[in-house]
Amino acid sequence: MNAHVGTPASRVDGPAKVTGQAKYAGEFAAEGLAHGFVVEATITKGRIRRIDTVPALKVKGVLDVLTHERRPAMADDDQAWKDDVAPEQGSPFRPLYDDAVRFSGQPVALVLAEDWETARYAATLIDIEYQQEAFSTDLEKQRAHAFVVEKAEQPRGDAAKALASASVRHEGEYFVPTEHHNPMELFASTASWDGNGRLTVYDKTQGVQNVRNYLCGAFRKKHDELRVISPYVGGAFGSGLRPQYQVVLAVAGALALKRSVRVVLTRQQMYGLGHRPASIERISLGARADGTLDAVAHEAIAVTSQFEAFSRNDTGWADLLYKSPAAKSVHRLARLDVSTPSDMRAPGAATGVYALESAMDELAVALKLDPVELRLRCYSDRDQSSNLPYTSKRLRECYSQAADAFGWNRRNGEPRSMRDGSDLVGWGMASGVWEALQMPAAIRIVLSANGHAEISCAASDIGTGTYTIVAQVAADALGLPLENLSVRLGDSSLPQAPVEGGSWMAATTAHAVVHTAREIRGELLKLAKAVANSPLKNADVDDVLLVDGKITSQRDASQSVSIANAMRHGKVDRIEKEEIHHFADDKSHARNTHSAVFAEVKVDEQLGVIRVTRVVSAIAAGRILNTKTGHSQIMGGVVWGIGMALHEETVFDHRFGRIMNANIAEYHVPVNADIHDIKVIFVDEPDELVNPLGIKGLGEIGIVGVAAAIANAVYHATGKRVRDLPITLDKVMAR
Amino acid sequence: MINFQYVRASTVAEAVNLKAANPAAKFIAGGTNLIDLMKEHVERPSQLIDISRLPLRRIEQTADGGVRIGAMVPNTDLAYHPLIEAHYPILSSAVMAGASQQLRNMASVGGNLMQRTRCAYFYDTATPCNKREPYSGCSAIGGQTRGHAILGASESCIATYPSDMSVALAALDARVLVTGPSGERTIPVSDFHRLPGDQPHLDNNLGPAEIITAVELPPRGFATHYSYLKIRDRLSYAFALVSVAAALEMDGDTVKEARLALGGVAHKPWRDIRAEAVLHGNVANEASFRTAADVVLREARPHTHNAFKVELARRAIVRTLTQAARGTPQSQSNKKIA
Repeated sequence: MNAHVGTPASRVDGPAKVTGQAKYAGEFAAEGLAHGFVVEATITKGRIRRIDTVPALKVKGVLDVLTHERRPAMADDDQAWKDDVAPEQGSPFRPLYDDAVRFSGQPVALVLAEDWETARYAATLIDIEYQQEAFSTDLEKQRAHAFVVEKAEQPRGDAAKALASASVRHEGEYFVPTEHHNPMELFASTASWDGNGRLTVYDKTQGVQNVRNYLCGAFRKKHDELRVISPYVGGAFGSGLRPQYQVVLAVAGALALKRSVRVVLTRQQMYGLGHRPASIERISLGARADGTLDAVAHEAIAVTSQFEAFSRNDTGWADLLYKSPAAKSVHRLARLDVSTPSDMRAPGAATGVYALESAMDELAVALKLDPVELRLRCYSDRDQSSNLPYTSKRLRECYSQAADAFGWNRRNGEPRSMRDGSDLVGWGMASGVWEALQMPAAIRIVLSANGHAEISCAASDIGTGTYTIVAQVAADALGLPLENLSVRLGDSSLPQAPVEGGSWMAATTAHAVVHTAREIRGELLKLAKAVANSPLKNADVDDVLLVDGKITSQRDASQSVSIANAMRHGKVDRIEKEEIHHFADDKSHARNTHSAVFAEVKVDEQLGVIRVTRVVSAIAAGRILNTKTGHSQIMGGVVWGIGMALHEETVFDHRFGRIMNANIAEYHVPVNADIHDIKVIFVDEPDELVNPLGIKGLGEIGIVGVAAAIANAVYHATGKRVRDLPITLDKVMAR
Repeated sequence: MINFQYVRASTVAEAVNLKAANPAAKFIAGGTNLIDLMKEHVERPSQLIDISRLPLRRIEQTADGGVRIGAMVPNTDLAYHPLIEAHYPILSSAVMAGASQQLRNMASVGGNLMQRTRCAYFYDTATPCNKREPYSGCSAIGGQTRGHAILGASESCIATYPSDMSVALAALDARVLVTGPSGERTIPVSDFHRLPGDQPHLDNNLGPAEIITAVELPPRGFATHYSYLKIRDRLSYAFALVSVAAALEMDGDTVKEARLALGGVAHKPWRDIRAEAVLHGNVANEASFRTAADVVLREARPHTHNAFKVELARRAIVRTLTQAARGTPQSQSNKKIA
């Protein structure tokens, strides 16, 4: 039954990617393709008083220049512009809609030309006169004006009182700067003009149907007039959850010119898109001398834009990890003159758990307790806020297996006690937690008499391995070898799927595949029963399996009918089924993934240079569908966590409201030299409650806790507690 | 990026004539910096004169026992050349500390000398910058200054010069050979780049129609006692916060001759002969290295975000001199600082 699920199968789309056959949004050809280049606002807030496009229009090869004064009709109500992932409150950004400038780097014109170089040159000739207004991009200055956007979380007990009377208390304020996703593939859209206002839009996105619905709303089109295709995505990490402005501009350009248009953003322009919002995280912990918690308070202030209230849970993660009779959390937003933030890998958790797990480390120091021991003493088998048990929580096993692999028992708890030549050595750890989410989705399976099956769904594979796990699950469910399956994804005309996010796509697609495969099996059984002397005459659909090209009795494997024979006998050369799968709405348990991350750093004592020499990450995330792509997911999360801890920061100059490192030479992410030994452990976690297949998802959990583990290791090495990321060498250089 | 003409020069004389005829033209070799700046609309040359095929790709021994490096030699070829590895390993090491493999493959020796600053305000045409638009003002002062100069800056400009190669060239007393309309001349590498003063738009002392044809290294290569240490915000592919080239000639424990140059701290490779003089004839130990570092940094003037660089430079100087004296140069592949 599980010949393929759980194996380290190589990516089924791997050969297409490494041979260049996999096409990305900016690579699709279209007849008569015109090219658009975006002109960005150079001020941060104000109005466009005058925009002179005449010199640009005079350039040979320039076809048109779209501005707020000259563009195709667009919807004028917010609801039309709200995509599936849009914040509930606010007015989504509409490119080229009006004369208002809301953030630096906002698109204010699109130059359309016969070729990209001409468009880019003509873009330099656009002359814009602005009326500037006062603005702020400084969270520190706006924190006093932060507001609560969602219903405040219900406090548990009296946290303030418990904190005041706690025998040991730790309070700390932690800071995470703005970060940008920087996927390798640039944001791009190719809008192919199919005639009569019909468009096929190739887009870089995490949800083709979300983009289709959004574009149809914005441009008042019917669903059958606009198709969105995105077979491959070169990384997105949340930046492609909401439709980005280049897809609106490509469609606007195509509608204006009545021909195909491609818009590709530059790396620099991508800093005007969504981003992980900067946040201030204040944690208060009160404990007894025995290392149990009396109270946890978490107050977060995160950035949002002036026009939308983007909010993710930075707070509340302690409830999922630790027992505490009293808890209080408040999540506030501060409005700045920036583009609306967006989801970025483990939104809320990457930041909130960084602060929580740094604070827990500080509490362990105050209690003179080993950091792992403190976590075990606070361990909770129930979600503290809902008071529900977990479908599974093998976090204890994560701690023990990671600690063993790391060699944690050789740690001297005293800071600055471990050395390697001129380096101080530090060992730190942290817990991680994320949600096990699952969504409705539909899958179509077409089984041919030649033993080949096509599986299709609108879901995106953003490099996470969805093609491969869909193929693996289908191979097992249909009893076919992997090479007999083809998987089609990323096309809005395919069966319904949610956006690819929240770590829900593995559970979502796997169950939908099994669900539709059951219908195929039922159809085959019907045919098998019609075969002369069928051994399956009395069998029910759930009494049989599809194995090795046969419909086989579960009870007696010798009782079978070959699929080919059944279909031939029934004169059927293909069976097509499309089913939507809904998960049971079971609210009796908390559903989460967990991790334990252990990190070793070596810090040059005099120069402050930090190297993360070892990381062990133990993950409890239910059934792992593919240990190879799963391992890569977690490794990628760890690498990103190293970047979050040591490198990543979008630097603003608040005088200009502009980002001063809008390029990947100076916005630092880790390079190979920064990455050493990363060990990933998947803790065995059977879970029959979370969903029938026991799948929890791996997309986010890999990054959660990594920055805290490294920050804690840096403290252990140097005796310095750095509470603002990134931990650069100047913050740890010995005095 | 603006539209530009493209011409290819096949001789040095032709290149010089083309440049003399059009002051708004730019030479292009590897293009690793110029193309970036053109895409950002910072450089707007009306013409690119392609000099990448000029016959200036040789590395050869000179009559005086030194080495002449053609201006078009790719950085990678320079770093791995047997003559350089054997006799001037500090130059190999500095080149390998810079950029990425791909960039080093494209970048030329002459182009490396011509690199422009990475100051964010210089790159951002929405902000004033004296270097980009003379007399428009310096946005870096009072702005984000983490990467900026602590030595030799002015009220007009606090940008740094980003090359690693040139720091080693300064330590080696290299000379830059140039050809212009009035013939050839030689510029000591220490005099090649300028301090910003009130004319920060001038990076160097190259004449408007002059072209770099070669770099000459004197015979002394300090192959036994040297080190190049680059401190940066990640362990590779980042510009130096501070880098130090230290080259020594030792007589037992005593320093016979010392060379000390810094990168990432000024508008040019920062060679300090006063600090070198402090070391001459003294015992190589932490005390003498500290004294030399103090001399280098006594006139350091930090800005809002780069005060740490003064102490970092002090410690990096001591460490690099220690590595050099010990004969254990910093590896550019293993990022552990020895």
